[in-house]
Amino acid sequence: MKAIKARGKLVCGVNGQLPGFSFVDPQGNWSGFDADFCRVLAAAIFGDATKVEFRPLTTQERFTALQTGEVDVLIRNTTWTLVRDTDLGLNFTVTTFYDGQGIMVRKDSGITKLEDLNGATICVQKGTTTELNLADAFSTAGLNYTPATFEDINQTYGTYAEGRCDAVTSDKSQLSSVARGALPDPENHVILDVTLSKEPLGPVVRHGDDQWLDIVRWAVFATFFAEEKNITSANVDQVKASTTNPEIKRFLGLEGDLGTKLGLSNDWAYNIVKQVGNYAEIYDRNLGPNTKTYIPRGLNSLYTNGGLLYSPPFR
Amino acid sequence: MGHRDSYIPFWRDVRFLRFFSQLLFLLIVAGVLGYLFQNMLQALRQQGLVLGFSFLRLTAGFDIGETLIPYDRSSTYGRAFLVGLLNTANVSLLGILFATLIGIVVGVARLSRNFLIQLLARAYIEALRNIPLLVLLIFIYSGVFLKLPQIRQALHLGPIMFSNRGVFTPWPFPAETYPTYRLILLAGLLAAAGVGFLLWREGQKTGRPPLIGFWSLLVWLIFASGGLLLLHPFRLDFPQIEGLRVVGGRRLTPEFMSLWSGLVIYTSAFIADVVRAGIQAVPKGQVEAARALGLNGFQTLRLVVFPQALRVIVPPLTSHYLNLTKNSSLAVAVGFPDLFSVSGTILNQSGRAVEVIALAMSIYLSLSLLTSLFMNWYNRRIRFVER
Repeated sequence: MKAIKARGKLVCGVNGQLPGFSFVDPQGNWSGFDADFCRVLAAAIFGDATKVEFRPLTTQERFTALQTGEVDVLIRNTTWTLVRDTDLGLNFTVTTFYDGQGIMVRKDSGITKLEDLNGATICVQKGTTTELNLADAFSTAGLNYTPATFEDINQTYGTYAEGRCDAVTSDKSQLSSVARGALPDPENHVILDVTLSKEPLGPVVRHGDDQWLDIVRWAVFATFFAEEKNITSANVDQVKASTTNPEIKRFLGLEGDLGTKLGLSNDWAYNIVKQVGNYAEIYDRNLGPNTKTYIPRGLNSLYTNGGLLYSPPFR
Repeated sequence: MGHRDSYIPFWRDVRFLRFFSQLLFLLIVAGVLGYLFQNMLQALRQQGLVLGFSFLRLTAGFDIGETLIPYDRSSTYGRAFLVGLLNTANVSLLGILFATLIGIVVGVARLSRNFLIQLLARAYIEALRNIPLLVLLIFIYSGVFLKLPQIRQALHLGPIMFSNRGVFTPWPFPAETYPTYRLILLAGLLAAAGVGFLLWREGQKTGRPPLIGFWSLLVWLIFASGGLLLLHPFRLDFPQIEGLRVVGGRRLTPEFMSLWSGLVIYTSAFIADVVRAGIQAVPKGQVEAARALGLNGFQTLRLVVFPQALRVIVPPLTSHYLNLTKNSSLAVAVGFPDLFSVSGTILNQSGRAVEVIALAMSIYLSLSLLTSLFMNWYNRRIRFVER
């Protein structure tokens, strides 16, 4: 944490090839859901959401980069598993996106369910939980398949597009995001109505800095809480000026010293909401109905709307 | 004159200084390595990670597309390593074999007196030697093998099927009579050895060396082909499309074909140049003498030029063999599960970066040392013996 403050910017490990999550445009601007959570952290620490250095990482590099301290936090659609949490010396903070593994096939292939894929060749990215779930799912169902594994995300989908594989498998969010970007004919592909696994994705930090872990965790909760209380980047100033709700007062740093307890300035949550927005704003900006990478919110709604997002109390 | 004048203090003694400077250098190197190692251990301790190879016995949990030995998701990480190692060994050995054959042909062609052949060989060498292997591999993979037709529109060249799922060829699989056939082959071997021995004794008696190799081989071939015709020990299996996959025959995946052909084409260009240099190193007088003795062109090459050229060729050839083996780790670019590619997956799934990388490096080192050992032995065997 001290190192981050001394450096004056946050180094955030991201995917970089996933439109809607983290993607860099030709002008060098980063956009996406994961990229915005990097900004949330920068806003909390420095009061300036732009103080982020994005570091694109492959699936192979990501854990080593985090373990060796090359990045401060990994927000790279990384699934929370027990082994990663313990054996790799990592701490998973909060799930920002509840995903599930899906399978995409060509529409004209006539494949509609898992059983139709017996004997198929399936493209998959190397070193992912996807690769393991695929092996589990097919062996449970007693089906045969041949994996074709690639290190690079574009190569995985490119090879599938060439017809080298009957199907490609990944998290559903990635399938719908990349299908629109990497495939020449996205309308000819369909994601099957099967979910192979649970894929909770969220920021990851390494063992050894509990204060930093707390900051990442509560910065994410702040975006949930702001949505719960309908505080947006547009109305936060107005709320700050007029609110009488003690919890919101504590949240925005008007009362108490929640920020100081985290080792941040007391207006940390205000900065997050003002500069980046609440969870709904972040979601809609990157994955909402008006984007090219639309994914229905589903499980990623507040608990009050039948989703899984729930913030512990700010007190 | 006496003892006092010849006495040199030890700090000015050349022998001591030599020894001391070498010792100092060694200590510095050991110190730097030790520091780096300690640094790594300390960093690992801070993360609460422990070094150890016991993870190799854990279940791997992932599947591998191409395996030479039985392997599935419930196999261990250790076995996954072995699968990768065998894939590397397989593609390297086949690569070395074909690169050498093509290299020799092109190298000889490079010295041909036929202008067109010489030009073609030259173009082959210059073009392929100067393209980075990675570029060549990606071109072959995505530009050639992935552009083959889809499996349902597969190209049939005789019994061989070409598609972007791979090249499928008919393959002989052992039938029920195969065990009997194996006995016949063994009997043939014994008979061939017997014939060879009789001929050798005959040769010792008359002093005229007979064609032992030729006759022994002939005897063995008679046994082998006779058994083949009578017993039909092999069942030729043809590839057929069944549902989403192809069953029967043997399948060569686009990944394997790309890597193998890329390595062969690239390395053969280097080997061709080594062969050319070796042939040119043989003094012209040797060729002229061979011609004067009445040997024809091929005989001159086989009996006079090549044995002498080999002595020049073998040492650089060894290093090209080593390069081919090491270059096979570029398999990761075309998705072939070689040792390095599988190591990457193991690293990611187990999180054991230090152990996995150390293991992969020591395996490559052993492979290279083994190759070098064999080639050095061969080099000593063909060395010019002074008489």
